[in-house]
Amino acid sequence: MNSLSRRKFLKISGATIATAAVLAGSAKTFVKASKKISERKGLEIIPTYCDLCFWKCGALAYIEDGKLWKVEGNPADPLSNGRLCPRGTGGVGAHYDPDRLKSPLIRKSLRGEEKWIDVTWDEAFDYIAEKMIKIKNEYGPESVALFSHGIGGSFLKHLIRAYGSPNETAPSFAQCRGPREVGFELTFGDVVGSPERTDIENTRCLTLIGSHLGENMHNTQVQEFSRAVERGASIIVVDPRFSVAASKAKYYLPIKPGTDLALLLAWMSIIVNEKLYDAEYISKYGTGFDLFVAEVSKYTPEWAYVETGIEPDLIRETAREMARYKPASLVHPGRHATWYGDDAQRSRAIALLNALLGSWGRKGGFYQTHSFSIPKYPYPPYPELKKESVHNPNNKYPFATGEQISTGIREATITGKPYPIKGWFVYGTNLMQALPNQNETVEAIQNLDLMVVVDVIPSEIAGWADVVLPESVYLERYDDLNTSPFKEAFVGIRQPVIEEPNDQKPNWWMAKKIAEKIGLGNYFPWKDVEEYLDTRLQAADLSLQELKTKGIIKAPQQPIYFEDGAEPEFLTPSGKIEFYSSQLAEAGFDPVPRYTKHPDPPPGYFRLIYGRAPVHTFSKTQSNPLLKDMMDENELWVNTDIAEKYGLNHGVYIKLKNQDGVVSNKIKVRVTERIRTDCVYMVHGFGQKSRQLRSTFNKGASDSELITKYTIDPLMGGTAMNVNFVTFEMEA
Amino acid sequence: MARFGMVIDTKKCVGCQDCVIACKTENKVPEGHDRDWIVTESHGKFPDILMEIRTERCNHCSNTPCVSCCPTGASHIHDVGGVVLVNHDLCIGCKACVESCPYDARFIHPDGYADKCTFCIHRVEKGLKPACVEVCPTYCMHFGDLDDPNSEVSKLLQSRKYHVNLPEAGTQPNIFYLI
Ligand code: SF4
Ligand code: SF4
Ligand code: SF4
Repeated sequence: MNSLSRRKFLKISGATIATAAVLAGSAKTFVKASKKISERKGLEIIPTYCDLCFWKCGALAYIEDGKLWKVEGNPADPLSNGRLCPRGTGGVGAHYDPDRLKSPLIRKSLRGEEKWIDVTWDEAFDYIAEKMIKIKNEYGPESVALFSHGIGGSFLKHLIRAYGSPNETAPSFAQCRGPREVGFELTFGDVVGSPERTDIENTRCLTLIGSHLGENMHNTQVQEFSRAVERGASIIVVDPRFSVAASKAKYYLPIKPGTDLALLLAWMSIIVNEKLYDAEYISKYGTGFDLFVAEVSKYTPEWAYVETGIEPDLIRETAREMARYKPASLVHPGRHATWYGDDAQRSRAIALLNALLGSWGRKGGFYQTHSFSIPKYPYPPYPELKKESVHNPNNKYPFATGEQISTGIREATITGKPYPIKGWFVYGTNLMQALPNQNETVEAIQNLDLMVVVDVIPSEIAGWADVVLPESVYLERYDDLNTSPFKEAFVGIRQPVIEEPNDQKPNWWMAKKIAEKIGLGNYFPWKDVEEYLDTRLQAADLSLQELKTKGIIKAPQQPIYFEDGAEPEFLTPSGKIEFYSSQLAEAGFDPVPRYTKHPDPPPGYFRLIYGRAPVHTFSKTQSNPLLKDMMDENELWVNTDIAEKYGLNHGVYIKLKNQDGVVSNKIKVRVTERIRTDCVYMVHGFGQKSRQLRSTFNKGASDSELITKYTIDPLMGGTAMNVNFVTFEMEA
Repeated sequence: MARFGMVIDTKKCVGCQDCVIACKTENKVPEGHDRDWIVTESHGKFPDILMEIRTERCNHCSNTPCVSCCPTGASHIHDVGGVVLVNHDLCIGCKACVESCPYDARFIHPDGYADKCTFCIHRVEKGLKPACVEVCPTYCMHFGDLDDPNSEVSKLLQSRKYHVNLPEAGTQPNIFYLI
């Protein structure tokens, strides 16, 4: 798939960094702390960026008499505008979490039994080094894989590449955003990315399909959403659950789960048949429009009604509403998109609908991103790869580009094909809840000779490790620079604001030490991470000292909309917006999305859907004392009529059994009118099974445990997870 | 004299609890207690639902049962902005005020005194906004002088519909919810 090229970053011109260049001479003098932070007196405010989720908001940490007091948003930061989300505000709790990992651990009984010996860092590294050398000799370096999530994984990625393995993955692709990125890249030649390039702030009509902004707290999006509400933007919400966003909407479409593509096709057919699209934009930038029209115009609202349960008139009215405000009409692409197995095509339909509205590249639609160009550290070249990654053998999923399929690496670990995987490094991702079907994860782990988990808390996946390495939390460490693509280019720094309470260490230190033990020290030529960051920043004529003081350095604004001079560039094979995709046709897929019906739950069963709460991130934050105080268990949302039929009272605990007979933890019933009768809902991340997470062990139920079934997206290998059905088990 | 109050836009609030957490860190509110909290009310039958989300706290009422009932004078009205405060040193933890507050805004701090929202008077007197107002990612909370007709809060009340909590309690609350 070389026709799908990755984003090209705009380089910041010389003029933009003139101020920084003046300061470059002083770049070598670091603000050296006279003594340990914990011994200082008075109030200190130190900038950094947040790690409670992956949005990376700029933050200011307040240290009062050497103690971490609070974290606020950095007003200079364009992502937070000085306001963190509830998780970010609760970030201090990550430092104080009593359940944190405190020292390196080596397993002393069977994997998963969570029996450990406390060891020194040196002993832990010796253990890891010995196994890594053995695996390299017996199987080759390719047989070690890294699963990581978040910027903290960057030094371990470097270690794995230096070691010689191509197997490096994050569940954020095949278990989350992947289908969306593929659908958009096939259409516009570029991904949506993170932070999403959605111009919610300026949109006049916002359509949310399953995106529950306000419960899902990606900070900038929520801030912009509230501004859209204030400006009176028309909001259309499509969700089987009456979400918080639905309560702000002009139109709420209570869709039957699994039928979103039918709605999208009907909307497109109305816009096409009534000629409500942006004709000028399409003739200028589009290709294959006639073939597209011939395909979608047959999907009537009456047909879609049968699938979706949405009244034909409501489908018509909302299609006209979104067209009325074009091009400032944004159909949000969503984020966690692995739902039903045809997710890349559904995402492509969302992209095509936006293309009809002319919103890509336009104000109130999708803006063009900019990011600060900072050269990479001048490392020696990585060893030449002798084998390809195991994630996608024979290119089975031809559009799995850019990032690797985590479940593909898990599969190869189980089967040993195309070659055995014998070592896993897991950084900052609880694979037990990130990957579907926990049994397969456990089965894969049984085949490993080395399983290392790096984390700040004893996550469930840490319980399966041979070696657990306790990491400093973000407030205690440096990480790599944040240069996320956004409306304006900026660089942000994460730096320690307080010392570790115990024997925790930063990830960069671990990667460097392991490298030195296995003879790869030359790949970590810097003395410490400050030297690494300084080298990178100096190459961009920036100063570490200035960045440490300000937290954020911005580049001047550049145009972000076509109408303001942003250059339209579509990196598709045709160089245009592909209404009809020849590359999909050539690969044997629908060149224009088509509807496929998904199975309904059998009688007595309900589709299990899941989502986010504003105060937690995945299964990472449940033991944070501040966030736990806000929400310490999840609830099962059950429609009032269903609750009555099954005799379920509000507040009682029940268990759920899925189609494969798997029974959940007990979970509290929330009887509500705010959900359809054919599905039940819970917030993801609870029901944790790690006994070392004393404060959250067994609290609530885990959707992941019930997701034994998953459907694979044939385009890109994404694992759809909204395909599980559950029934109630009363004897809790 | 100034009369401090809050005007909160329920159309924008998403119930994220950021205000609650910011209050907890700012004011070192002990685990298990909160000075502010979220209420979500919904009415109707799916899918025709009306929902209001509110952030609630001490209403810094103009007619204060909590001050009248306090036997020691610990509960008092501050001379700046009419803010209702508790003097920790005078408080004997008798709970009379906790019982008398119709909004259930007070609790007994583990250190033995009645505690509740202070409108972050320590910040306000420095020219800052209350922590909850300052953190809210939807910018739905506004703080200011209700007696000043030109303040942001007064202008919002002039231009929008609003309600207060439990008007029938006769407490003359100073927190207003825009609807
Ligand atoms: S969105 Fe919230 S948790 Fe994520 S980085 Fe920003 S403040 Fe932190
Ligand atoms: S922080 Fe703002 S949006 Fe969130 S619950 Fe509080 S008032 Fe509502
Ligand atoms: S004004 Fe201050 S004390 Fe009162 S709820 Fe807000 S943050 Fe808490």
